[in-house]
Amino acid sequence: MLEQMTARLDAYGQSLVLRSHRQQVIASNIANADTPGYVARDFDFAAALKDATGGTTRQGLAQTAAGHMRLSGPQPSDPKMAYAVQTQPSQDGNSVDLDRERANFVDNTIRYESTLRFINSNVKTMLSAITGQ
Amino acid sequence: MSMFSIFGVSGSAISSQAQRLNVVASNLANADAVAGPDGQSYKARQVVFQTVPMGDQATAGVKVQNITESEAPGRRVHNPHHPSADAEGYVTHSNVNPVEEMVNMISASRAYQNNVEVMNTAKSLLLKTLQMGQ
Repeated sequence: MLEQMTARLDAYGQSLVLRSHRQQVIASNIANADTPGYVARDFDFAAALKDATGGTTRQGLAQTAAGHMRLSGPQPSDPKMAYAVQTQPSQDGNSVDLDRERANFVDNTIRYESTLRFINSNVKTMLSAITGQ
Repeated sequence: MSMFSIFGVSGSAISSQAQRLNVVASNLANADAVAGPDGQSYKARQVVFQTVPMGDQATAGVKVQNITESEAPGRRVHNPHHPSADAEGYVTHSNVNPVEEMVNMISASRAYQNNVEVMNTAKSLLLKTLQMGQ
């Protein structure tokens, strides 16, 4: 019963961890906008989230003894990193497209905030459900 | 904590860009300097950035790898009455190109602003995360 109540929070937690990871990747791209030879990186958020939540094999803590409790909740996931497609090749081998990175950054920020808001409203719903009238 | 390393990444970018601005300021200040007693005029300087891995593979900061000096010939101006004029009456000025330096300055200041904005956004997201569930 309790697990059903928190199952959705689990998925939101995973999504939040991945969003913060992506935020960090994009921050690195923006920081290296002028570094010669730097190759911009990113990852496929949808695939990473599917990996982290939908897959039958859960990443994270392994149960190595019979007495171990099954842990649910956000676990550190390691998304598959890829290289961003070069839009405007430059002489120094830097493949950061600053406009694209800024757009991605803002997009990721808003999605992070909406995930936070979903979590907050979910918590409020749960609280109101378990509060005696 | 992944979000906290954004401050390290953007901070390294900010200090590197500040150093680039410093070099530009030094170049512009010496744009009209003439050759000293040793016959060497000021040479325009450029910073060279390099990626620094921070923690995991996806996190990369920046540092100034070294500062190079331009090998372009100095600007020669015919001015026989100048105390530093050579035998032919030419004075050698520095090889700084002010237009290039201004472009460099604008580029550095924009990059600086971008990174400050990234830090501010990360900060506000972290503050909102702290209030989760309230």
